[in-house]
Amino acid sequence: MKYSVPIGPQHPALKEPISLRMTLDGEVIQDADIRLGYNHRGVEKVAEGKTYLQNIYLTERICGICSHSHSTCFVQGVEKLLEVEPPRRGVFIRYLVSELERVHSHLLWLGVAAHEAGFDSLFMYVWRDRELIMDLLEMISGNRVHYAINTLGGVRRDLDEGQVKKILDSLALLRKQSEYYLNIGAHEPSFVGRLAGVGLLTKEQAVDLCAVGPTARASDVPIDVRKDDPYGMYGETPFEVCTADTCDVLGRTVVRIKEVLVSYDIIEHLMRNLPAGPVAIRTPRRPKPGEAVARYEAPRGENIHYIKSNGTDKPERLKVRAPTLGNYAATVEMLKSGFLADIPLIFAAIDPCICCAERTATLVDARTGEEKTVNFSTLRALARERWKNAPLKKDAVWPF
Amino acid sequence: MAILKTFLYLLIYPGFLFLLVYSTFCEWFDRKVFARLQNRMGPTHTGRFGLLQPVADIIKLLAKEDIVPERADRKMFSVLPVIGLAIASTAMLLLPVWHFSLERPSPNSFPGDIIVLLYILSLPTLIFFLAAWSSTSFFSEIGGARVLTLLFGYEVPLFLAVLGPAIMAGSWRLAEIAHFFQQRPLLLLANLLGFLIAVICLQAKLERTPFDIPHAETEIVGGTFTEYSGKKLALFRLMIDVEMVAGAGLLAAVFLGGFPGGVFVGFVHFVIKTLFVIFLLSILRAVTSRIRIDQVVNFSWRYLAPLAVLQLFIILLLKGFVL
Repeated sequence: MKYSVPIGPQHPALKEPISLRMTLDGEVIQDADIRLGYNHRGVEKVAEGKTYLQNIYLTERICGICSHSHSTCFVQGVEKLLEVEPPRRGVFIRYLVSELERVHSHLLWLGVAAHEAGFDSLFMYVWRDRELIMDLLEMISGNRVHYAINTLGGVRRDLDEGQVKKILDSLALLRKQSEYYLNIGAHEPSFVGRLAGVGLLTKEQAVDLCAVGPTARASDVPIDVRKDDPYGMYGETPFEVCTADTCDVLGRTVVRIKEVLVSYDIIEHLMRNLPAGPVAIRTPRRPKPGEAVARYEAPRGENIHYIKSNGTDKPERLKVRAPTLGNYAATVEMLKSGFLADIPLIFAAIDPCICCAERTATLVDARTGEEKTVNFSTLRALARERWKNAPLKKDAVWPF
Repeated sequence: MAILKTFLYLLIYPGFLFLLVYSTFCEWFDRKVFARLQNRMGPTHTGRFGLLQPVADIIKLLAKEDIVPERADRKMFSVLPVIGLAIASTAMLLLPVWHFSLERPSPNSFPGDIIVLLYILSLPTLIFFLAAWSSTSFFSEIGGARVLTLLFGYEVPLFLAVLGPAIMAGSWRLAEIAHFFQQRPLLLLANLLGFLIAVICLQAKLERTPFDIPHAETEIVGGTFTEYSGKKLALFRLMIDVEMVAGAGLLAAVFLGGFPGGVFVGFVHFVIKTLFVIFLLSILRAVTSRIRIDQVVNFSWRYLAPLAVLQLFIILLLKGFVL
């Protein structure tokens, strides 16, 4: 018996709205389709109306987990346009926050994946230790999520000796815990039984479908912007690109935990070699006309910002390619021929950040299923027509 | 006097009232152990040590809006939670809790009561399936199908494991089985493998992690209970708690030597032994992740069922050569 199941746009397994339409035969998935556009926010349009400095804080709000990725990527692009180089201490602190963010994002992912697999104990333990990272980030920047530490030409806050020591102390504990999680993630029989062989994506498919980040690396494609196109101080920092050759969700789990361990090494390297000097320089506020592309290895994969300047203090165009968008095509392939029970795991394994990737909305007629793209004025006209004859609620009161 | 005693037995102890209090306590115990194993506090605020939290949850659910889906079978949908709770409570009456006296057995202890108890404990599965089916929600239907598939996995190993001690004692009566092992406590060790199998199967029967497949929230929303809310959901939750106590009681009676020593000492035996079984269930719940339905069937037929047969074989050998 074939039937189609809607997973989403509202579903307990999904933290953000997306619609996965599954065609099932019993419990086996025959076909999968992904519908986007439930959370279009128009960030790119808003960015055109704000100055470069304001846009740092806007881009930070594209994502609630890898917020630093977007603001750093944007700042990298603007600094290219301005033709300035931030001071070395500023660079070190900027990418220290990057690596801490990668750790906290991967630990968050591990917890979510454990929860999707029904392994709540691992979820609780991982998120407990993630709090250490959150505390460090709060200590460094003053905030837990939107760090707001980037500025044009450097960072906004400096580190002192005590903070460096605290970071190194927390790292020792975190490293021990992460090795324990690697052990659980790779050996606990019921957990491994759920992850191994699920959501297969061969190396060829990963390359063909342009998968990015840990999804690609788990299929043995060693791409990492930090290595391939080094930015900041990554060119001089020793680290290795983690890959796995199992091509399944287990591989993605192992890659992420290994990356966490590599990130600890990078953080330790940064802290031991922290140069002295200023953390930021003054920069002009109006770049020359031109365009710049910035690439950044976010926790989820390659993040690309394209910025076009027209000589004013506002960008003419900002284009954001969030890493999740690069993984959607691969996800459809992974979902095919899996089990219904695997859908949340496979989908979670790309670490989807759905709202970051939303760039468009399609209007679908609920009765006929007809799709069309309309401009904003048509949408407003439709709304006006819909409510034209609606009676005014004279005695309407707020329910509280 | 006999009638009064029967009513006392049915309504107070170990009947309805005791069962409600004790099953909510067991839920608290399970939640607390599960939480402590996960480095959490568990219920803390309602009552001393959060003891009243399960009761508070049930009262909260009772106060919620009661929704019956438009396309659901209204009668079945509404009546199933009540029947389920009644069935689970009935199972409790067959446990040799109070009437442990082989000389003057009470009417609900009879040869073959172990079979009846196992049969009654299978019925909740059917109730879950019917509840899922009559709610006509897509997610419920998948949950219902999974409930039945799960049944094929754990039922046979459970029966084989539980019947082992009965064969050893040479009786189909719970009180006699318990009495047999009270006389020869060392023989309980021979059933260790069967006990572990039975604990795993009980976990599957109660649909707890790693066997919480029929209501895996990240896959099929609420599964069996997707459409249930308010009073009906409260009854179902109570039913699962009661089923847990009855299941733990069955294992305690068969594998842990029953509840000797009259009303009071027997009560202490009952509490300690059932809590021990529930403790094992909680640990199992904390250290595993949910597995897939095909993996369950594979696991139980590839490992559990052969091991249960091996246990039977050991028992037969013991019975033939030692006893």
